[in-house]
Amino acid sequence: MTDLTPANLQPMPRPPRPSALSNALTFGWRAVLKFRHVPEQLFDLVMTPLMFTLLFTFVFGGALAGSTRDYLQFFLPGILVQTVAFNAVYSGMGLSTDLGKGLFDRFRSLPIWPLAPFAGLVVGDLLRHLIAGGIILGIGLVLGYRPDAGLPGVVAAFLLLLAIGFGIGWVFIVLGLLIRTPTTVMTLGFTVLFPVVFASNIMVQPDTMPDWLRAFVEVNPISLMTTAMRGLMAGTATLPQVGLALLAPVLLTGVLAPVTLWLYRRT
Amino acid sequence: MDTRSTILSDTTPDREVAAIRARGLVKRFGGLTAVDGIDLDVPRGMIFAILGPNGAGKTTLMRMLATLTRPDAGTATVMGHDILTAPAAVRGAIAMTGQFASLDEDLTGRENLVFLARLWGFGGRAAGRRADDLLAAFELTEARHRQVKDYSGGMRRRLDIAASLVVTPGVLFLDEPTTGLDPTARQRVWRMIRHLAQSGVTVLLTTQYLEEADQLARRIAVIDHGRKIAEGTSRELKAATGSGFLQVALADPGALDRAAALLEEHLAAPVQRSPEGARLSVMARTPEAASAALSALVAAGIALEDFAMGAPSLEDVFFALTGAAGPPPEEVA
Ligand SMILES: Nc1ncnc2c1ncn2[C@@H]1O[C@H](COP(=O)(O)OP(=O)(O)O)[C@@H](O)[C@H]1O
Ligand SMILES: [Mg+2]
Repeated sequence: MTDLTPANLQPMPRPPRPSALSNALTFGWRAVLKFRHVPEQLFDLVMTPLMFTLLFTFVFGGALAGSTRDYLQFFLPGILVQTVAFNAVYSGMGLSTDLGKGLFDRFRSLPIWPLAPFAGLVVGDLLRHLIAGGIILGIGLVLGYRPDAGLPGVVAAFLLLLAIGFGIGWVFIVLGLLIRTPTTVMTLGFTVLFPVVFASNIMVQPDTMPDWLRAFVEVNPISLMTTAMRGLMAGTATLPQVGLALLAPVLLTGVLAPVTLWLYRRT
Repeated sequence: MDTRSTILSDTTPDREVAAIRARGLVKRFGGLTAVDGIDLDVPRGMIFAILGPNGAGKTTLMRMLATLTRPDAGTATVMGHDILTAPAAVRGAIAMTGQFASLDEDLTGRENLVFLARLWGFGGRAAGRRADDLLAAFELTEARHRQVKDYSGGMRRRLDIAASLVVTPGVLFLDEPTTGLDPTARQRVWRMIRHLAQSGVTVLLTTQYLEEADQLARRIAVIDHGRKIAEGTSRELKAATGSGFLQVALADPGALDRAAALLEEHLAAPVQRSPEGARLSVMARTPEAASAALSALVAAGIALEDFAMGAPSLEDVFFALTGAAGPPPEEVA
């Protein structure tokens, strides 16, 4: 065989143009590969919620709920919501990094489904949510957390969790597209998320809060999500609770998915 | 050698249309006009270089042609497809290797190529085979299972170019393919670009180095401040700008004026005097002209300490093209 050079590379017949779904799955495959190569990214995702779980349970738990075990029972579904919300920030950072490197220029110059790169991003996010959520739940179980609704409740709660992660993800995809410095995405992301996460019912019930704050906490989408998560894990969730929890993710997707496409195509 | 017969593009409506035809392309960023009315005609199957300094508008021009940026005015077709009305068809006919590596640093070299092959529609097995062929052709087989973040600059560049050849494009855009590479790596990339052009791919590349354009390109367009100030073959450009600078150092500084007058007379170009010594430099159109001018100095009894003939740098070309005494900033040839 003669040497392969760029000139005598076999010019392959062009394959038929793949479907949008095939493009999206290829991007998903890339996200899975990245997981294999950079497993340490899980460390970032899990450490923060893990510290929160341990600190709140053992430092404040007794004072807040009478016993650490009762507090964990209250706190764990909420920390899962916080976990996926914080995860989404890292995903926005990743997007911002990719954009700065010219990788997306290649994607944009390919004749592929324009949303495919984002579909891949979402696949990667959902995977991260599942893995991080699974680890936190596992640690919770070791510490004595017991989901009263059993496995079906946990499955339903995780499905809701994925929907929440999917919805919040758009916020950071948009930020990632708008902001070219990854650290700014992170700073801005946490600046927005911290008040929303803390002024919610994740850590404490709002009963003892001043009226104005309680009013906010009660309509805070993070609270609505947390309430539904608790309900699903305990087997007490009502349909309206789940509906309210899904309201923000559905709205965010409906508004921000088109914005994403527009931002991606502009210039 | 007829390279045109091997052009591969099944998406081309008409084999005779130019690879690239642009008219009056303009792109503004706020108050800055990055590209200010550029016309370009690139025939098929050649390497065409866009030469210009940093900030000249090379990348912006290329991004418009690759449908990554919309022009504010003007029109262009690439392989016969209009960039404004048929961007998807343009994307099907081109590939672009940008100025900044468009690779996934976390993946291995092979995974990057398999990923792109799948996006183009190759099935799992065929995607792997295509990736392996590309890796072999770009001398990356040994590094194929290493993550791209561990690649050297030259390896990255080669992989990045390979990534543009997953399907053979009608036009390949290469934005500063060798900027930042050491001389050995640069030679290697040049060799691969030449090989590539032999297969009939039209290559449009940008560069800041006159030498690179000279080495690779059949035609060169010189741009500055978003405008094309000259275009032609390397020889035509040199005929217009001079093939090099003649520098002389005089043994006797007292003869400076006489020497300058003689050089100016023989070479018909402005003579620059270096302030610190008895040195003169002047653009020479041909080596013969330079040698004749040197003989004239000697005949006039002016002793030289030394002389040198230097290739014109990009700055020299610009000086010649835009300098007051140079030819008018119009198309050469
Ligand atoms: N996205 C952008 N926003 C604002 N200014 C830009 C942008 N891209 C390029 N420019 C400006 O346009 C000019 C041309 O840039 P560019 O095309 O990158 O030049 P080159 O590739 O020749 O170095 C420069 O002055 C640059 O600062
Ligand atoms: Mg550039």
